[in-house]
Amino acid sequence: MTSGLIAQFERGLDAPICLTWELTYACNLACVHCLSSSGRRDPRELSTAQCKSIIDELERMQVFYVNIGGGEPTVRPDFWELVDYATAHHVGVKFSTNGVRITPEIAARLAASDYVDVQISIDGATADVNDSVRGDGSFAMAVRALENLAAAGYSNPKISVVVTRHNVEQLDEFKALADRYGATLRITRLRPSGRGADVWDDLHPTAAQQVTLYDWLVAHGEGVLTGDSFFHLSGLGEPGALAGLNMCGAGRVVCLIDPVGDVYACPFAIHDRFLAGNVVAENGSGTRFSDVWKHSALFTELREPQSAGACGSCGHYDSCRGGCMAAKFFTGLPLDGPDPECVQGYGAPALAAERDTPRPRVDHSRTVMLTLSRPPAKAPSKPCNESPV
Amino acid sequence: MRPEPFGALLYHFGTRKLSFLKNRTIVAVVESLAEHPDVGSALAAAGVDPGQEAPYLHALGVLVDSNMLIAHTVLEEVR
Repeated sequence: MTSGLIAQFERGLDAPICLTWELTYACNLACVHCLSSSGRRDPRELSTAQCKSIIDELERMQVFYVNIGGGEPTVRPDFWELVDYATAHHVGVKFSTNGVRITPEIAARLAASDYVDVQISIDGATADVNDSVRGDGSFAMAVRALENLAAAGYSNPKISVVVTRHNVEQLDEFKALADRYGATLRITRLRPSGRGADVWDDLHPTAAQQVTLYDWLVAHGEGVLTGDSFFHLSGLGEPGALAGLNMCGAGRVVCLIDPVGDVYACPFAIHDRFLAGNVVAENGSGTRFSDVWKHSALFTELREPQSAGACGSCGHYDSCRGGCMAAKFFTGLPLDGPDPECVQGYGAPALAAERDTPRPRVDHSRTVMLTLSRPPAKAPSKPCNESPV
Repeated sequence: MRPEPFGALLYHFGTRKLSFLKNRTIVAVVESLAEHPDVGSALAAAGVDPGQEAPYLHALGVLVDSNMLIAHTVLEEVR
């Protein structure tokens, strides 16, 4: 990848390379680090017809594929209908799931499609580490999904791991788990977004662990997917040692459509500061995603040359580009300064100082937080406060 | 293949691999390949001088290696 091309990407593309689309805020789990603070379904959730209209737009814009997530996207009753509609309209689908609906029947259906990728989220290579973050029984549920996929002959699912202080020592075990199920490992950065803000101080890898992680990523190269999420670590080695574009794609090559049609700069930036607009047309019929992507004031601003600010004098700026905008924002650090996990340690003083950490307006966390293995002591006032399933 | 200001993006739905064409000339060459009997005439038609062909041939070779480009005239040649 040449720096000339990166410069082009930073000025934005005619359409996203890849787009994250959270189909629902409903979720059967209540992971402590949920980026989208999911749990309850939003009553304003886009209809099936509106979702199909977005897919029509993505086809016209030649968006090659969408990363569908949530919430737990498979709990939407029209989920499989939308997946089929997308692939029939030349929009490939990758979807992230905790595995709840990956039954033997669904696994067989997925095995029959060439254009659907499945990512099973697991945040510990062992049940104890995983379940402490994702809830009791969630490891067994994910493994059951992997077993169903393997038994159905579905080839190469992804195992998607958010790296934390508690699982970073398990990277080899994750790789072994992936190998056991013929899966590809995908590991991504813990962001202080959504409920992640509540646990980031305790869960983000230590400085020493970042070095371990970086070395492991370089050693495993392109064989492990990262969603380009570790570019803030680029300064730990030679330029280009870390696979991927290693740039912030927010509003330039990626964005997020949330369940009510709000378009944010990236999947880790659900906050009004990074809200570009809404896809629902003003007359209520049809969608206008293309218009938001091409003309929103926020995305236009993000495609302008960005100031290096306090990082301007650092010799590593060309590698890390100041790190992740969302990580800075949600930890209360200035956007034109170092990443909170800056490998030179320049983020540490700001983290140690008094900080005002912004909270998103959008929070769909359930009011009754439950784990799968323990029924509630008393019935919740509304069933959806407990589970949307 | 999706045109972009810098050239084009290519995505292979089978391999899930993304490729980039870094200028408009190589985009024109790739788009016109099917209309020409061989790569040389496609390059000439796109205005690539014979002395400047090397990077274009390399780029086309990479696309062939990654199955982005496949020969659809093989049967005719066999006949």
